Amino acid sequence: MAEENPVSWFAAPPVFDLGLELPDWYRQLQETSWQTFLTLPEPARTDQNWRFSDLKKVRFSELQAARPAENAEALVQRAKTERVEDFAAHFVFANNRLIHSEINELPAGAICLPLNEALVECGDLVKNHFMKEEGSLGGSKFSALHAAATLSGLFIHFPQGATCKLPILTHHFASGDFNCVFPHMLVVAEGQAEVTVLETFETAAEDEQTFFFANTDLIANNGANLQYVALQDESDHGPKHIQLNSSRVGRDANIKSAFVNLGAAWVRQEAIARMMEEGSDCQVFSANLANGTQEYDQRTLQSHEAQHTTSDLLFKNALYDQARTIFAGLIEVQSGSHHTDSYQTCRNLLGSDQAEANAMPGLEIDADQVKCSHGSTSGQISDEEIFYLQARGIPAEQARQIISLGFLNESIARLKGEAVQSYLFDRVERKFKSLT
Amino acid sequence: MSQTLNIQNLHASVDGIEILKGLDLEVPKGEVHAIMGPNGSGKSTLSKVLAGHEDYEVTDGRVTMDGTDLMELEIDERSREGLFLAFQYPHEIPGVSNANFLRAALQARLPEGEEIDAVGFYKEMYAKMDALSMDRKFTGRAVNDGFSGGEKKRNEILQMMMLEPSYAILDETDSGLDIDALKIVAEGVNRMRSPERGFLVITHYQRLLDYIVPDVVHVLFDGRIIKTGDKELAHELEEKGYDWLTNELVAV
Ligand SMILES: Nc1ncnc2c1ncn2[C@@H]1O[C@H](COP(=O)(O)OP(=O)(O)OP(=O)(O)O)[C@@H](O)[C@H]1O
Ligand SMILES: [Mg+2]
Repeated sequence: MAEENPVSWFAAPPVFDLGLELPDWYRQLQETSWQTFLTLPEPARTDQNWRFSDLKKVRFSELQAARPAENAEALVQRAKTERVEDFAAHFVFANNRLIHSEINELPAGAICLPLNEALVECGDLVKNHFMKEEGSLGGSKFSALHAAATLSGLFIHFPQGATCKLPILTHHFASGDFNCVFPHMLVVAEGQAEVTVLETFETAAEDEQTFFFANTDLIANNGANLQYVALQDESDHGPKHIQLNSSRVGRDANIKSAFVNLGAAWVRQEAIARMMEEGSDCQVFSANLANGTQEYDQRTLQSHEAQHTTSDLLFKNALYDQARTIFAGLIEVQSGSHHTDSYQTCRNLLGSDQAEANAMPGLEIDADQVKCSHGSTSGQISDEEIFYLQARGIPAEQARQIISLGFLNESIARLKGEAVQSYLFDRVERKFKSLT
Repeated sequence: MSQTLNIQNLHASVDGIEILKGLDLEVPKGEVHAIMGPNGSGKSTLSKVLAGHEDYEVTDGRVTMDGTDLMELEIDERSREGLFLAFQYPHEIPGVSNANFLRAALQARLPEGEEIDAVGFYKEMYAKMDALSMDRKFTGRAVNDGFSGGEKKRNEILQMMMLEPSYAILDETDSGLDIDALKIVAEGVNRMRSPERGFLVITHYQRLLDYIVPDVVHVLFDGRIIKTGDKELAHELEEKGYDWLTNELVAV
């Protein structure tokens, strides 16, 4: 039975108290979420949503709310040296606590606050959008846990017409064995607003058993353009990274989201994209480089809930050694959502015989005049490609790296902003270089 | 040390079928040699064998480049030693930008620890692209990905101009080029002609040789060079076709 006593995850609720006067609704939500968390069953492979998942890799026990990180100053330095050069604002969190913030320029009326401050300063606005996604791709227990514990991360609200070309940056660090962090990201872009958010998840030290329970909710209303990028570059031994993402796209609005995974021993990402009104468009990208015994488990839903909506998904995995990836993606065209265009592609590049890429694409259509396609492929680098690079003087091993990097770059290149692209590209390249 | 690309009695096969059947050819530095020959005679096979493609097994013969035994070198070593092949069908490399690709190729020629000067690199690349009338947008586009036939060929020549080889083999670089592009590419090649460099130009058409005037013309047939002459030979072939030579061959 999967339902062993869930209290074994934590000896006590992993809530840390900043001594703040927080709104009652939030305290109540925390409490009910904790109860929900306790009653929900453990993830089990018998559940379709956890098929292929190697849950033996994760042991949810002896977990605890993280104590303050010791080397905060060094972490701030690290975040600063490696960030995108031009940014609108930058927030650094370590073990749930804000350790640095910098605001360069934000459009008039825009709110960009750490969650705990937002709860105090604009609690009602937060309440309207906070943890509202009811759908789940298997991670509802994690979702409840997150709601019970989070006080870190950002609340971003761009009012009608507010636009910002430069990205808002966050860094989330975790350190210390069995420490849990709960990075939250809630972005609301009102009509015609434009915003880009770039999150980086890292660990302070190598090989620590840290746990990330992240939650990202993105809302783009009428004609808004929202881009969200998550770079998970934690230590590749130890950390477990769970991230639940939802996107709600309004009329003629667009959300682009991207997930780049390089680190962590085990990753579970769920992304639900809802196209709610005519003209809604959502694009979801992922680029993942897995080696050793890393496992990346990604589940997605593209839900078309109105006529004339579009979505596109491109996930790319490069696998080495005994790495495993799981991609389960469903396109759902709900009743009456005619004239939907929806695409989904997962491509795997296998760099080793022992690597394992699982793909489970799915399609459910209940409407007419629909264009949908889904496909997944797995293959190796072609000898002809290597030959072409070698014939230009590039040694075979390096040729392989360049080609694999290009393979992943194909989804990174679909994002907006050269600085964001090259930030991701450089990190992926760095991991490739560390492989040999 | 002899300053030449020397091929002696080269035999090569693919999947056990012999394609090159004792080929002799010498391209001294400073000269442009053309190879003509019917489809399937082994022209591209020769170029790929020289570049080191692993599908082709060299069963006999010897190839030296400025005295160095080419067959002893890895594919990438041959390139760094100064051999360049402009492919008949250049491969596409998705996700790898042209600029990054060229940079990696140049970087591979530098000693360990030395870094390419990025500013100088871009300056040189842009100048050479201008010379080839290539739009700058090609620097950011993935190598050959979605390029038209002619754009791919031009891209091959750009690579040649950037890598400055000692010996360049151009395999049907003219096919797929319109007449204006042909002139531009030929001009690029002509500007690279020098006493320090040899060319082997594979083509089916006399037209290219009006622009890149060869010193020597060879005819390749059934894996062997069956005739060698000056540039007039190309005209003669254009007029009379290969039958003229192959009938002669049978008659002998
Ligand atoms: N990899 C291969 N596998 C099987 N057969 C091959 C291979 N490469 C070449 N061949 C065969 O070798 C022969 C010579 O081919 P090659 O491409 O060298 O001809 P070519 O002279 O370049 O012709 P073209 O003028 O059409 O370009 C052909 O019969 C071809 O089918
Ligand atoms: Mg050929």
